Amino acid sequence: MKNKGLAVPYVIWMAIFVVVPLILVVIYAFHDGTRFTPDNFRVMGTYAAVFGRSFLLAAIATLICILVGYPVAWFLAREGPGMRRIATILIMLPMWMNFLLRTYSWMSILENTGLLNTLFQKIGLITLVNSIFGTNFTYFPMINTQGAIVLGMVYNYLPFMILPIFTVIEKIDPQLIEAAQDLGANSAVVFHKLIFPLSVPGILSGITMVFVPSVATFAISRLLGGGMVTLLGDLIETQFLGGAYNPYLGSAISLVMMVIVLVCMAVMNRFGEGEEEAMLL
Amino acid sequence: MKKVLSLVLAGLLVCPMLTACGDSSSSQYPNGEVNVLNWGEYISDGQDGTLDVIAKFQEETGIKVNYNVCPDNETLYANLQQGDSYDVIIPSDYMISRLIDEGMLAPLNFDNIPNAADVDPQFLNPAYDPDNAYSVPYMWGTVGIIYNTTMVDEAITSWDALFDPKYAGQVLMINNSRDAIGVALKDLGYSYNTTDQAQITEAVNLLIQQKKDGIVQAYVMDEIFDKLEGGEAAIGVYYAGDYLTMHDNNPDLTFVVPSEGSNIFTDAMCIPAGAANQENGEKFINFMCSTEVGVANCEAIGYSTPLMSVKDALDPAITSNPVAYPSDAVLASCEPFLNLPDATLKFYDSEWLRLKA
Repeated sequence: MKNKGLAVPYVIWMAIFVVVPLILVVIYAFHDGTRFTPDNFRVMGTYAAVFGRSFLLAAIATLICILVGYPVAWFLAREGPGMRRIATILIMLPMWMNFLLRTYSWMSILENTGLLNTLFQKIGLITLVNSIFGTNFTYFPMINTQGAIVLGMVYNYLPFMILPIFTVIEKIDPQLIEAAQDLGANSAVVFHKLIFPLSVPGILSGITMVFVPSVATFAISRLLGGGMVTLLGDLIETQFLGGAYNPYLGSAISLVMMVIVLVCMAVMNRFGEGEEEAMLL
Repeated sequence: MKKVLSLVLAGLLVCPMLTACGDSSSSQYPNGEVNVLNWGEYISDGQDGTLDVIAKFQEETGIKVNYNVCPDNETLYANLQQGDSYDVIIPSDYMISRLIDEGMLAPLNFDNIPNAADVDPQFLNPAYDPDNAYSVPYMWGTVGIIYNTTMVDEAITSWDALFDPKYAGQVLMINNSRDAIGVALKDLGYSYNTTDQAQITEAVNLLIQQKKDGIVQAYVMDEIFDKLEGGEAAIGVYYAGDYLTMHDNNPDLTFVVPSEGSNIFTDAMCIPAGAANQENGEKFINFMCSTEVGVANCEAIGYSTPLMSVKDALDPAITSNPVAYPSDAVLASCEPFLNLPDATLKFYDSEWLRLKA
């Protein structure tokens, strides 16, 4: 009884700020300002390219996060508690600063006259590349490219990949590993047969936590991508705050995006058992 | 110990709430309140020893000001649509005509705004408010090409420069469909306010070519400050008032209104229909039009004033600067944005997507 009472504020909070807005999005998506109609979804085909690009870039960013994040989480889980604490703080540290500020800093790092290009020039890397490949760079174009967008996503969301994987690996009973070793498994086999399968739930929740915000981001593509291409987040924002003010279409696009994301998650979850456990961590 | 600590922290949290409640007690502000929505950094706010306009208004009139900011006209429109209630808003010309068309503004009672008589006649009865019934101009300015004289070795006079392949990778365009497509429309000799889809398509084709040729470095909004000041890009399109700020930080930058003509914008103070405190709103507008406040605002934000007495009182170095106060010939070549019909706005959005796809 007491526990239920404590949950009341949370339930009210979720109802007001999650459930009600979701219902509003659904209502708006099937409305055109005067009547209920599925018209908003008929034009969705026009945005296929935007959907495709957003999901592709988010998928690439997620993949890179796994490739980078998994080894980090693994080494972290094998360190002593002191080292772990320091490393966790270091991973979390950038997140104490506002997301936009961090992304702005990347602008000055990646710009044509930015920190990296100045460094490359000073150490003669640009001259070296030019002399080897016969090119004529005065700088390496990094900002305002799709690569910069992916970099921004990886940088901002990597901690959300490392931490869940770390938590899962950390919980693996060392006796299991000892038992496997006793039975003659070398470290490659231990990893392949034991650690990796047991860490799948962590990877899955990491994927969710990186992929979903990456699909919906708009500040990163604007600041690091130079506004050269439209991603889903930009497209939705334009509907709500652009010249044509069409929250109905904006809601429809958001709804389609949510459904695609949910389908992706559902398909993925079929591959991993015990996902709920990792989600709770 | 932990309990004590958390109690203290909770107490600290509650404190500002209590004092906030105390602030709004009727004794300090006996004459009600006024809800103002303005752009960011668009008023003299007491920083660096300037006049704190809001504080002064509260002190003089006993009316509490609830001051809010929003980033652009479209956000303002969305806010109003969602039922936010304000007593004074400061939209730009094209948004004012849209709000008038949609019945979202209240006619002003000019008896409460005697200072409006100070508005320069050339800003009266503007195209966006032909009967001069809904708005009092606050600031105005032009849009033009800003370029770095150390990186560009000719005097730019035409929008053509933005489409010249020799400036590949050096051009910054405004990241907003109306302004960016407007640049191309003007370069082709068309009106900003054309509803002819063929002309708009032609303009967007020009922008697509510009992007394909690699001339555009990026589509930006306020990021342009850093990029032009730091020499990251050589040429950009932006507002004259903001150029003056950039020029303070990098004297190599220069500003030109292209010979084909450009955009002249006016931001004017209006009262939304159904405002709760219309009379207080009118008092606020009147206050903003007084000479002392007008001078403080102009000096703080660098835009140009439509008030005659303010222009006379400003430092002649400011009023003789052709960037802030261009000649009549230049002004005559400029065209304001007007509200576009819904179908054209939708067409703009789909063409913008074609450019960015």
